[in-house]
Amino acid sequence: MPEIYHFKGGIHPPEHKATTAGLPLQTAPLQESYMVPLIQHIGAEPSVVVKKKDRVCKGQLLAEAGGFVSSPIHAPTSGTVKNIGECRSPSGKTTAAIEITSDGEDEFDSGLTPIDNWQEHDAKELIDRISSAGIVGMGGAAFPTHVKLSPPPSKTIDTLIINGAECEPCLTADHRLMLEEREKIIAGARLLGHILGVDPEKGIYLAIEDNKPDAMEQMEEVIASREINLAQVPTNYPQGAEKQLIYALTGRQVPSGGLPMDVGCVVQNVATARAVAEAVTEGMPLLERPLTITGTPMMRAGNWRHRIGTTLETVIRLAGGIKQQPAKLIIGGPMMGIAVSSLDIPIVKGTSGIVLQSREEVSQFTSGPCISCGRCVDNCPMRIMPGSLSKYIENERFDLAEQWNVMDCIECGCCAYVCPTSRPLVQHFKRAKTEITARRKAAAAKKEETGDSDNK
Amino acid sequence: MNGVNVQLPDTSQLIVSSSPHLHDRQNARKIMLTIILTLLPACVVGVYLFGWQAAKVLILTSLACVVLERLFCKWRGSRATTEDGSALLTGLLLGMVLPAASPWWICLLGALLAMGLGKHLYGGLGYNIFNPALVGRAALLIAFPQYMTTWAEPMPGKLFPDAVTTATPLDQISQGATAQATNYWDFFLGNMPGCIGETSALALLAGGAVLVYFRYIRWQMPVSYIGTVALITGIAYLAAPETNATPLFHVLTGGLILGAVYMATDPVTSPMSIKGVWIGGAVCGIITAAIRLGGNYPEGVNFSILFMNALVPLIDRYTPNKPFGHADKPRTEKGQK
Repeated sequence: MPEIYHFKGGIHPPEHKATTAGLPLQTAPLQESYMVPLIQHIGAEPSVVVKKKDRVCKGQLLAEAGGFVSSPIHAPTSGTVKNIGECRSPSGKTTAAIEITSDGEDEFDSGLTPIDNWQEHDAKELIDRISSAGIVGMGGAAFPTHVKLSPPPSKTIDTLIINGAECEPCLTADHRLMLEEREKIIAGARLLGHILGVDPEKGIYLAIEDNKPDAMEQMEEVIASREINLAQVPTNYPQGAEKQLIYALTGRQVPSGGLPMDVGCVVQNVATARAVAEAVTEGMPLLERPLTITGTPMMRAGNWRHRIGTTLETVIRLAGGIKQQPAKLIIGGPMMGIAVSSLDIPIVKGTSGIVLQSREEVSQFTSGPCISCGRCVDNCPMRIMPGSLSKYIENERFDLAEQWNVMDCIECGCCAYVCPTSRPLVQHFKRAKTEITARRKAAAAKKEETGDSDNK
Repeated sequence: MNGVNVQLPDTSQLIVSSSPHLHDRQNARKIMLTIILTLLPACVVGVYLFGWQAAKVLILTSLACVVLERLFCKWRGSRATTEDGSALLTGLLLGMVLPAASPWWICLLGALLAMGLGKHLYGGLGYNIFNPALVGRAALLIAFPQYMTTWAEPMPGKLFPDAVTTATPLDQISQGATAQATNYWDFFLGNMPGCIGETSALALLAGGAVLVYFRYIRWQMPVSYIGTVALITGIAYLAAPETNATPLFHVLTGGLILGAVYMATDPVTSPMSIKGVWIGGAVCGIITAAIRLGGNYPEGVNFSILFMNALVPLIDRYTPNKPFGHADKPRTEKGQK
């Protein structure tokens, strides 16, 4: 067991995991149609390679990556392309999507040949496979995995962390995955380690929060040969956040504005590791994902495998519907998820859960002035000053907010969770980050313009 | 499956708001009311020692502050913040730092100064620079020293005590008396002349322990403040034991414990980071000790906390936490990407 470094700050919200932690992942039955959004990742929009009324097989390419930082999408089942149009996105706007009508055959042909002896293949080939299988980070951020696996030659990667922390309250899908598909997760971990050239015994870690001792035990059994290292990390939200997890296992701090690769680390979620293993050894693109459907208003909370493109309505219907009207419908976990007001939003590659909250559970208050109590300061895992920042942003002093490191905010929500006057701190920081990014872009564009005119 | 009778959410009733969607259910009202509750034992001691007039002062200042809060909020056209309990807390604290024999108009004037000059002039809760109760008391002390330094002899258990005036232990020290016959046990329990709520170290420390347990105040503030006073008065005592009182005497007498536990820890007017709290406490301690040992006033808690309050913006500026992932400087230089 490696030495664990404790990051400063963090909170202990009620976990609400007991409801679903013991329930095995159920595979959803085949649906009549799927709505597959084009952009399910961070990066460029993929370009569609099918036409309306085309017949497609399960796993067939629907749209190819629109650049290096992009990811292709594939048909979740066999059938016909009903429409290439739009669907609702979690933000409430619409986004480009392809609708597939199922033919009920579920005939698989991804065109990707299984690679059995991956140890004998070089990294480039395997990265290409991961890229063409449309694998993105399944922990929530949905950053294309092949990009994370392709650090520039100047960066040496010595540590690969497989993230099984699952620190978000309510969510248990990763937990179930570790219990039920440990072999695939470990195979994926070793495969990723092979690609990155990381020494498995020294540099591959599987990190699990100590609130999941059964997952720890299960993993210990199969890791007995010490192929990779198990690391039990303390339950402290946001332990599973990339920067906090890297710190916990290595004591290294990802520099402000930097990436994990700057400190020689790559972090991949357990579901991603599993998807990587399937992509390589089975030629299976990313077509489905595990997710938790939970909350007191749900008739039957549980863990499911849903295909990408299944709408929230179907997801809730399959879980028996609701027993009381929810006040909030959240995509993701309750700390960082997005509250939505529509049921026609599809499950995407980054959807880790659906959480419904009843009226009594919804923490909606009128916000008050900052009383400078410092609770946010004490609990911020990025060690910035949320209280003061929120005051700057209220006064639209984005320059001060930038100076005082608002860009370091990871939007984990610890500050707002403990704020006694219920200030919408995360909302302020999201606003400031958007504003500052736009200003930086504008400034860079202006600089380029003036630079050009100087040259003339 | 039972696809027909499945009930789905009515999307028109769904609330949309920014994450996080959980809250620890702590709120300013809960915090303020808990602080008020933990103050009550010290108030009971005050009333037990000084009789009905102490109760009268406490009730007058508390009621006046709540009424004034409502009036000021209405006048400023802002949402009434009386329900958060902060005005009641200010009123109670103000009463606790007044002498028991204070006339009614001193109480009302103090409340007016505290709420008006101390709080609403700056924009109400969260925006005031100085601790409102201490602003009220400091103004009274300067304007009406005769009322603010007339101390009733404690007569435990007497509801209508005889009007016998006396001097506080700190007065006696300041007037040159040496503290030979000090009974620390009496000081600890609170059996000494002084402001209504400041006498019982036991009651105040017990209340403070509750607040630390709930994390409503930071223990670093009282430890830093009281520690600094003890350190400096300790050095002074070692240097000249015949003229200076012991550090324990300084810790137990006057308003130090009330100030360190309940006033210097006021969230609005104290530093944000733990590092800042240590410094703020030390500033209070240095000034309190300086006034007590060398100043004209026998007691320095009131002014030292106000002085610290004035320094808070500066302290906050130089004591932020070191952000994660920043090798050295806590603050990004302007224009740096």
